[in-house]
This record gives sequence, C-alpha cells and structure tokens, in this order.
Amino acid sequence: MTRTFLGMPATAPRGVGNLRGDEPFPAAAHKALADDQLRRNLGHATGTIRRKSGAVVAELPDWQELRAAGSALKAATMARLPELLEQLEEKVTAAGGVVHWAADANEANRIVTDLVRATGQRRVIKVKSMATQEIGLNEALAEAGIAPVETDLAELIVQLGDDKPSHILVPAIHRNRAEIREIFLREMPGVDPGLTDDPATLAAAARRYLRETFLSTPVAVSGANFAVAETGTLVVLESEGNGRMCLTLPETLITVMGIEKVVPAWRDLEVFLQLLPRASTGERMNPYTSMWTGVTPGDGPQSFHLVLLDNGRTAVLADEVGRQALHCIRCSACLNVCPVYERTGGHAYGSVYPGPIGAVLSPQLTGVADNASLPYASSLCGACFDACPVRIDIPSLLVHLRNKAPHPRTERIAMAAAAYTMDHPALYTRAQHAAKLSGRLKHLPPPLNGWTASRDLPEPPAETFRDWWARR
Amino acid sequence: MSSRDLILGRVRAALGDTPVPEVPRAYRPAGSRAADLEVLVDRLVDYKAVVHRTGDIASVVASLDPGRLVVPPGVDPSWLPPGAELVTDEHDADAVLTAATVAVAETGTIVLDGSPDQGRRVVSLLPDLHICVVRTDQVVAAVPDAIARLDPTRPLTWISGPSATSDIELNRVEGVHGPRRLHVVLADFTTP
Repeated sequence: MTRTFLGMPATAPRGVGNLRGDEPFPAAAHKALADDQLRRNLGHATGTIRRKSGAVVAELPDWQELRAAGSALKAATMARLPELLEQLEEKVTAAGGVVHWAADANEANRIVTDLVRATGQRRVIKVKSMATQEIGLNEALAEAGIAPVETDLAELIVQLGDDKPSHILVPAIHRNRAEIREIFLREMPGVDPGLTDDPATLAAAARRYLRETFLSTPVAVSGANFAVAETGTLVVLESEGNGRMCLTLPETLITVMGIEKVVPAWRDLEVFLQLLPRASTGERMNPYTSMWTGVTPGDGPQSFHLVLLDNGRTAVLADEVGRQALHCIRCSACLNVCPVYERTGGHAYGSVYPGPIGAVLSPQLTGVADNASLPYASSLCGACFDACPVRIDIPSLLVHLRNKAPHPRTERIAMAAAAYTMDHPALYTRAQHAAKLSGRLKHLPPPLNGWTASRDLPEPPAETFRDWWARR
Repeated sequence: MSSRDLILGRVRAALGDTPVPEVPRAYRPAGSRAADLEVLVDRLVDYKAVVHRTGDIASVVASLDPGRLVVPPGVDPSWLPPGAELVTDEHDADAVLTAATVAVAETGTIVLDGSPDQGRRVVSLLPDLHICVVRTDQVVAAVPDAIARLDPTRPLTWISGPSATSDIELNRVEGVHGPRRLHVVLADFTTP
C-alpha cells in the first residue's frame, strides 16, 4: 500500500468544547487574585498534595529511572502512533469492541450521542474524563435530551454547583468543605438537612445519592488513562469506586480517548502504574484500577465502544518541539507545584487543561492565536519540569510557544529600532546618555505602556559601562 | 474519506520520518526482589485495610459478623463458617468473600482477575464489606512482578484499600461507592 497524503493536521474547531476562555489570562487572573477564599482553598489543597506526593515519590529509589523510561516510552509511542492505533483497533475489535474515529469534538459528540440514542436511554452515568470535558460532551448530550450524570465526587460538586472544573485531578479543588456542604444542601435531591461539613459525611451523602442511579442506568461514558495496543486493554485509574460502577454495571460502555493515550505493550504499564498514582494523588496506588479488553461474556458491559479522538492532537504532533505536550498522563503534579496556578486557580486559564501543562497544551490544540496569553502564564521557574513524571520540559515549551504567539506591531517596531541602535556604536552611546537624562521613568508612554503595566522600568545607572571603561 | 483515514493521514503528515527512540529500562525490573510480607501488611494497614494472618479463614469470616454473604462459585467451601447466611444476588449482600490472583507488597495492592473463586467484577463491588483471601505465594514485590504474572485478556481489578476519595481538600477519606471495609486474610497454605 502506498502512503497517500490525506490532509493536514488540524486544530480543534471553535464553537464547541472547553479549550478557549472568554477573556485572556491576565484579565481572568486579575479577578481570581482578588478572591481571598479561593487563594486560601488552593494554598491548603496544593500544599497537602505536594507533601503527600513528595513522601511517596521519595520511597522509590528508582523514581528518576522510571521517569526516564516513561518519557522515552511516550516519545516512542508518538513516533509509532499510526501503527499502534491500527493495532489497538484490531485488538479491541477482535475482543468484541467497536472502534470509532472522531476527527474533532463535533464528530465525537455526534458519535456518542448517536450511540446513546440507539440504546433508547435518556440518561448516562459518567466517569470523570478530561477528553469528554474537552469536547463539551455533556452540553451536546443535554442538547439531545440525554442527561449526563457525573459520578466522580469532585465532578458531581462541579455539576451540582453549575460550576466549571478548575483542576485536572480534582475539578472542585477551588471549593472547601463548607462550600461543598452548601452546594449539597442546595442542589442534592433528598439530602439529609442535618448534613455536616465533615468530609466522610459529605462522601457518604454522595454514596447514597448516586447508588440508585448506578443501579438503574444501563449506559456509561468513560475516558481512559491508557490503552494497550498489544492487547487491546483499556485502563482506568480511580479512587471512589464510581469508575468500577460505571465500567461494570451498565449494558453499554462508551469510552472516549485521545489518540495519544495509547501505549505500545502490556509491559509498559509497569512504568506508568508506578508513576501516575505517586505523582497524581500522592498515593502508592490509587484505590481502584480497572482493566478490560473488549467484552467479557457474563461479566460487565456486553456492548463496548471506543471513540478515538483527534481534536487538535495531530496539530500538536506536527510541531517537533511542541509535541512533547502530548506525553502528558494527566497527573496534575505540575499544577500542584506551580506558583502561578496556586494563586490564580484553574478557571483563569479558560481551558479544561489549566496550569503549566494547560499553558502549553491548550494553545497548541486550538492554535496559538486562540490562546495567545497562556504561554505567558508562567514565571518559568521550572518546578513543573521537576515534578512531571514523564519529564515534559514545560519551561522550554512555554518559551517555544511565546515565540510562535502573535506579537503587537509596536513591540516589533521597538525591537527593530533597538536592534538597529545596538548595531551602531555611536548611536548606542547617544541613546544611553538620553536614557540617563530621562531620569527615573517608571512607566512608558503609549503605545509601549503595555510593557510597563505589570513591571517597573529599570532605573538607568549614574554612569554607563562604556563611560566607566573609557575613564580607566 | 473516512475519519479513520483522515486521522491516520494527519498523524503520518505530522510525524514525517520521526525516529523511534530507545527506551531505557534502568528501573528495578520484575524478579529483582523477593516479596516481603511485612511490607504488604504495613502498606495494607496504612491504607485502612484490616489484615488477618491465619489459615483459618472460616473463623475470620465468622468473627466479622458478615450478615448476608455472597461468594463466587469457585470459593473453597471450607472458608465458609457454619451457619453463614448465603445469598446468590450481590445486590442483596452485606459482604462478599473472594480469593485473589496477585498481591503487590510495595503498593499494598490486591488484584482480582475474574477467576471462578474471584467472581464477576460486580460481585466484589456492591457489598459494603469485602473479605479477600490472599495466599502468601501470590504476593509479589512490586508492580512489574504483578504485570508479569497477570493475563491482560481477563477483566482485572486492582484494589488498594477500601473505596476512598481525595476530592475534598485533597485529603484521603475512606468510604465512597465501593466497599467501605476491606479485610485481607493473608493465608500461608505452604507450611502446615
């Protein structure tokens, strides 16, 4: 078979899904920073998870070797992506599953909606899934008259509170226990009016509320943490047991998965199952991990559909530097160590992928122009690179994307003028003396005032280096 | 053009002739360490499972006052205490008694693979108490050892402690949708 050219990699379409915010990061961050309660909640939660994760990472003497293996495995996966996806399709199909391919969010939403419609059901239970958040599946299902019920506790808090997720792992990280109690009292049908804000009591309330829904809903939608090409095995890591409920009780299971989630071999899970829980929830292992291969007669859903999603991933893959962002295993360790995320929270990023990884992934999925401010949502301190279990060099990616982002015309003119001046020694000397005469200027006049909106202009020295050198 | 061909075409166009890197596997591989039962017990207890070290499984089950008990068809009948109230439908059960396939010492994890003595996945999910019997020869040192032993074509459930969540202020709280109590019987059948 000859390889024919079938189309250029495309970014995620506008008007669907949750990859673009309503306003640029600086404006959104400005509002978030004014919320004292939000900053207290985030500081407490990220501090807790950093301590837990640090302790269990330190237990493994081969953590760095595991990171190196994880990084190389992901790079090798990307390089072999076409054959691995074809192999995954073949194995899942052979095991009784049906594989669908979705070029973008609209197509994925259409596929899932049609599959649910074919069952005749008006409600689906959902396991927490970043991919379905990304494509706005809940909105699409609701439009088709199908009620999606989020069953992960944090997703449930977000859904009941008519809120937006603000963290990859814990979408309700911006809420503390008192706020969660208020949401439950207000929005959870049949809740005990004497509900306290004790976390165990809040968890028990969710258990009671969802149990009947689990038992009476025959269609589930999930994401996937990994899919093994060699065997066709799908893997979902979770904590609460809501995942096990959704993956085993219904008759029909629909799994939506980004094409980058495939791993080559069964053995490769020995790396990722050590990296992900320790980096993510700070546990040696999360309470429950489910693995299934197609359909098992007499055990679990007898109808299994796997939807493979592009939605901008091939555009990310086309950038030799930027494609590293596709290595992400969605642990959220980079969010938890980021000084910017800790202060602004996730909503300021506008995308379902917040924090450092979001700042490099979202602009690439949408095209940099649609998320141009995100590569600047970082101090480039490098903590995210150190925390990443698959060694994604996020700081380098941020700089790379800053160079691709559109720059204002005035900035280009100013830079060109500076370059010309620095190329001509006499001109440069005169410019330095002029700067000295201008004295203590804190802010630049328009159109350059944007540059000094968030920083002071440095004070010119009393004597330039060249003057000092000439005196010696 | 199908979306399948479109996506695969895009991937090939994006990759060009990207070389496939070597994967360094300098981490501790399967078979590099012996399983340490003390580590397993320590890790299970740390994640709020209760551990019993005995071959007398029926006595442990009786002592837990399991109420309506469901057992997969392959469970050894000698594990059942006399007079146990057996039910056949997991929806009606207060407790479930299963065997296991593998246990991972380093992470405190038990894996069920749907064999006749472990049952369908839902059997060990709905009851509030899960009593799980692990033979000492099923215990391995770490995750790579478990991966090497498991059969990926079977439905697998990895269990590390009772159902829990970290969704409220990122602290672990036990007891959400899965069994809220996990009792592990670590049974040594190799020596009398």
